[in-house]
Order: sequence, then structure tokens, then C-alpha cells
Amino acid sequence: MGIQKKFVIAAILALVIIAVASLTLQRPIGPPQPTVTTQTGTEPTLGRRIVLLGAGATFPYPLIAKWSQEYEAFTNGMVAINYQSIGSGGGIKQISERTVDFGASDAPLTPDEAKRAPGLLHLPETIGAVVLAYNLPGIEGRLRLSGGVLADIYLGKIAKWNDPRIASINEGMALPDREIVVVKRSDSSGTTFVFTDYLSAVSGDWMRGVGRGKVFNYPEAIGARGVQAKGNEGVTAIVKQTPYSIGYVELTYALQNNIPYALIKNKAGKFVHANFDTIASAASAAVPKLPRGDESWDKVSIVDAEGEESYPISSFTYLLVYKDLSYMDKDKAQALVGFLRWAVTEGQKYCKDLYYVPLPPEVQRLNLETIAMIRK
Amino acid sequence: MMRDKFGSLTLLFSILFLIFSAIFIHELFSASSLTWGRLGVAFVLGQRWDPLNGVYGALPFIYGTIVSSTFALLAAAVLGIGVAVFLSEISPRGLREPLSAVVELIAAIPSVIIGLWGIFVLVPFVRDYLQTLLAPLSFLPLFSGRSPSGLSMLAAIIVLSFMITPIVVTVSKDCLLMVPRELKEAAYGLGARRYEVIRHVSIPYAKSGIIGGLILGYGRAIGETMAVTMVIGNSYAISPSLLSPAHTMASVLANEFAEATDIFYLSSLTAIALLLILISLLINLAGRSVVMKWQRSVR
Repeated sequence: MGIQKKFVIAAILALVIIAVASLTLQRPIGPPQPTVTTQTGTEPTLGRRIVLLGAGATFPYPLIAKWSQEYEAFTNGMVAINYQSIGSGGGIKQISERTVDFGASDAPLTPDEAKRAPGLLHLPETIGAVVLAYNLPGIEGRLRLSGGVLADIYLGKIAKWNDPRIASINEGMALPDREIVVVKRSDSSGTTFVFTDYLSAVSGDWMRGVGRGKVFNYPEAIGARGVQAKGNEGVTAIVKQTPYSIGYVELTYALQNNIPYALIKNKAGKFVHANFDTIASAASAAVPKLPRGDESWDKVSIVDAEGEESYPISSFTYLLVYKDLSYMDKDKAQALVGFLRWAVTEGQKYCKDLYYVPLPPEVQRLNLETIAMIRK
Repeated sequence: MMRDKFGSLTLLFSILFLIFSAIFIHELFSASSLTWGRLGVAFVLGQRWDPLNGVYGALPFIYGTIVSSTFALLAAAVLGIGVAVFLSEISPRGLREPLSAVVELIAAIPSVIIGLWGIFVLVPFVRDYLQTLLAPLSFLPLFSGRSPSGLSMLAAIIVLSFMITPIVVTVSKDCLLMVPRELKEAAYGLGARRYEVIRHVSIPYAKSGIIGGLILGYGRAIGETMAVTMVIGNSYAISPSLLSPAHTMASVLANEFAEATDIFYLSSLTAIALLLILISLLINLAGRSVVMKWQRSVR
């Protein structure tokens, strides 16, 4: 009997513990209390090795992984970076709650998000370009597209490949009398954000009818021609598999999978190929209009940039870090600042091998000014 | 004494599990309360899902989940019970074990692998052959239109039925093997042929078990995420045609949760998760009551 009683007591105790835990774990959704500063990371005191925790966008993950490896070697193992690519949304959430030391996002913070995490700085870390991969069996040469035509393809107004509006900018190309299979991302993503940002910039119809965001709905005119796939790899696979299809993917995926992608007409009226130079050119053209690191970046966009050589569908991807680092311990803040300074300058040399576009010098300078604002 | 100790321990585990489930459901409720408060039933009946403009309606996903799993279940029932009957009643003893092993092996394939097979083999097959084969039926709304990509509800149904057939086979076969010899021999003694014995003795006897297998399969089909997302085309529009792309509750969660930042958006996705659980629960309960009714009628 005695033992049984003990178990009953144990069960009741467990119940109480769980009830209490479930109550305390129930935080309201919203900004964390400013007084709650969570101790982040594991910090073994032995030799003061510091681990910086980061979380966010999947797009820059390979680059950050490379940085983490190189930077650890550079600091003789004293500073390690642990980055979890959980998606921009998760990254913003975690840095807002200060459960990580830095966040990463493909899109700048919206005013709403910025309000929930006051004092976050934007540091452009690299540049991503979105290309239009297509599958046109038997067609030689590069397809050319303009912003208006592209918007109308995704609005469903242009339904066939041999539409006169496509034909007129692709003279000499035997475009087939086939329906265009339109592919987009099914998951919410920074890639979609850049793409819709571009279409909104070049097409009033797109702006009014659809808009810009990490997800969008196909207009009804698309019907069964419109499909969605998960992830850049999903869109790539479908375009590769489906004759007469078109889909937007990060440049890296088109290059790695050897899928042709279209030349896009830029603001200056030239059809440009997406490569390191044309994408960097778009970023440089936008520099005079960029805000300071501690201002709102919500309106920042480098799509449809000025310049003869600028590729028009690209964007920055950002590291997010607090201006006031006094909430973390001094050594760690020091290490974080050191890493950021290295990443936006020295670290840029690892970009090209991984198909990322290095930041032009003007943007690197802007970043160093931003990093100088950080209070440790 | 030892037994009591053991008994209490298992009791504790069961209570813990109940508590966890309760916390889980409670958490889903509270995290989706914003959506229920703002939209209520309109959320369940809403036909538009447009996060960009803050419009949230769950009907396209509910429709997609129910249609895809129901058709998959029908296909798996016919195929699965057929295979189970063959394995338990007809196949020679030497063939039964290896064949069952193969069937169980299929059940163990990770869904992402089946999804890849779907994208690279099944979807092109649907696009290039199957829909041409179905073209004579295109006067039916169910088969109207054409799928230029092959990504469609039909592809999802095929993938799902492929995934749940092994479950139906395994459970049904085991139940059919439990039919007492005496019953079957008595039927043969009365001059029944093999088909008649299976039809009038074995299947009725094993009925509740077979239904149980079907419910298990249905549950799996409703919750299946990865393989479906990869082949269904993920369209928010509700279309009566199986050749159109569609969407399911599980796939919208997999697709949109990671990058959802807006509170209302997150709350609406959580509401879908809650609906998904409620629907599987309802189907399970319905299935259970059917099984119980049959069991009673057999006795």
C-alpha cells in the first residue's frame, strides 16, 4: 500500500509540475518584456571560447556556414558561429525575443516587425538574384523577357509562348504554340518577395491586382496552368520536368542545375544576363538612396535599378543585430562585432565560389559605419 | 506489491499522455484564438486564402484534404483488400511471406522518397499518358480540363493510395488469417466454392478488422504532408476536376509556417492545424463506432 500511495503522490506532483510549467510557458504573443534578457549560447569559461548563435533565412546558409568555418580558423578556434537556417520569419522572431545573437532575413523588417524589436540594425550581407528559369524544348538561344511581359505572364494575360508580345522581343526564335505552365513557390519565401517586388515596380496592373509579399495568389486567369512547388529546389525540379514551363528561382539553383534562364530588360532598356557584375551593378546604383543602418529599411529595394549593366531582379539579404549589445556579456559583444566586421569585408571573398554576389565597396563602407554605431 | 508498483507506473504514463494531449490541444486553441475571434465559422467556410491581403479561408485546404484522402482510400480499399485476400486465402504458402515482406517494405519508404518518385515518374506519366487516357471522360466535371504540368489532385490521389495500400493489406491480411478454420471448412462442407467462402465467411468475419485497417490508412492519408505537397500543385483554388492542382491542410502548414511572421497569418495557420486534428479525430471516432456496431452484430 505504501508504495502505491507514493506513486499516487508522485503522479499528483507530476500533474502539478506540468500544470505550473504549462502556465508559465504561456507567453502572450507580442514583444518580450524588456526586462527579460535571456542568457544566450553556451559559454564555457575554459579559455573563453565564444559561441555566437544565429538563426534565420535559408538562402544565405551556405555562405554563413563557410564564414563560420573560416572565422573559427581565423580566430584560432576562439569564436565559433552556430547558425540555424530556420527561415526568415523564424530568424526575425528569434532575434526579437533575443534568443539568438544575430538574425538573418531575406526581406527588411516591416514597420510592424521593427516596432516589436526596437533597435535592430540592418546589415546587408550579400546579394541574391532571382532568375526566370524556363523549359522550351528544341529552342536555341536565350529567351528575352521584359518586366511588363513577365507580369502579364504571371497575371495570366499572356497564355501562350507564341504570344505576339513575347515574339516581338525574341525575333528569330521559333516560339511554340503551347500554353505556358507558370510555376511559383508554394511556401512563403524571400525569393517570392523579391520577385513580386520587381513586378510591382514595373507593372501597375501587378501592383494593383496582386502586390508584393512573401506569398501571393495566382489571379484566376491562370487556372490550371499555374502550379506551385515547395522551395527553390521544388521549382527547379518542376521547371526541369515540365516542357513549356517558366518559374522563378535563385540564380544559384539555375546555375547548379544547368537550366536556361531568361535575359531581363532593365530600366535602361537593355536585356541583361544575371551574373556577378550585373547584380553588383544594381546594388551600387542603389547605394545613394540607402538609409543608415539604424533607420527603417522597409522601403529599400534594388529591383529595377538604374544603370546600363544592372540586372533588375535582385535584393540584399540582411543580418540583423541590436544596436545596443549591453544585454550580452562584454566578451561576447566584442566577438560578435568582430565577426560582423570581418563578414562584411574580408568574408566577402568567399561569396563567388558559392555563387553569391559580393557586396560592392560602397555597401561594405555603409556596413562598417553601421557596425561602428553598435554599443557594447 | 511489485504488481501494484508496475500498475501505478503505467497509470502515471497514461495520465501523462492525456495531459500532454490536453496541453497540446489547448495550445493550438489559444494560439489560434485570434482567428476564431475575428472570423469564427467564416474561417472554415472561407473560399479564399490570400495572406498578402490578409484574407484567410480554410475551405480550399479542407476540400483538398478530404477529396484526396477519400479517393485514395477508395482505391486503396479495392486494391488492398484484393491483395489481402490473395495473400491470406489464395497464395501458396511459400509465396505469402516474401510478398507480405515486400508490401511491408513499401509502407516503410519515407514519404519524401515517394514524393520524389511522384515528381520524376508519376507526374510526367499523368501529364503525358494518363490524362489522354481519361480524355473520353472529360464530359464529367471530375475529369474536365487538362493539366499542362501533371501536378494535380489526381497525382496526389495516386501517391496517397500507393502509400496507404500497404497498411490496408497488412491489417486486413492478419484479420483474414484469424478466421477460424472450422468456419471455412464447414462452408466448404456445405458445397461452397472458394469465392463464396471468401465472400460470405472470411470477409464478414474479418470485417471489423478490415475497417480498422481502412481507418488507419485514412488517418495516414489525411495527415500525409511531404509526398502530397510535392505532387499536388499547391493551388488555393477549389476545382471540381481531379486534373487541377489543389492543396491540402497538411501541405499548407508545411509550406507556409516557417516564413509566416504576421500574427494573424500565424494564428490562421494554427487554426488549420487545429481543424486538421479535429477532422482526423472525427473520422477516427466515426470509424470506431462503425467497427463497434459490426462487432456487436457479429456476436
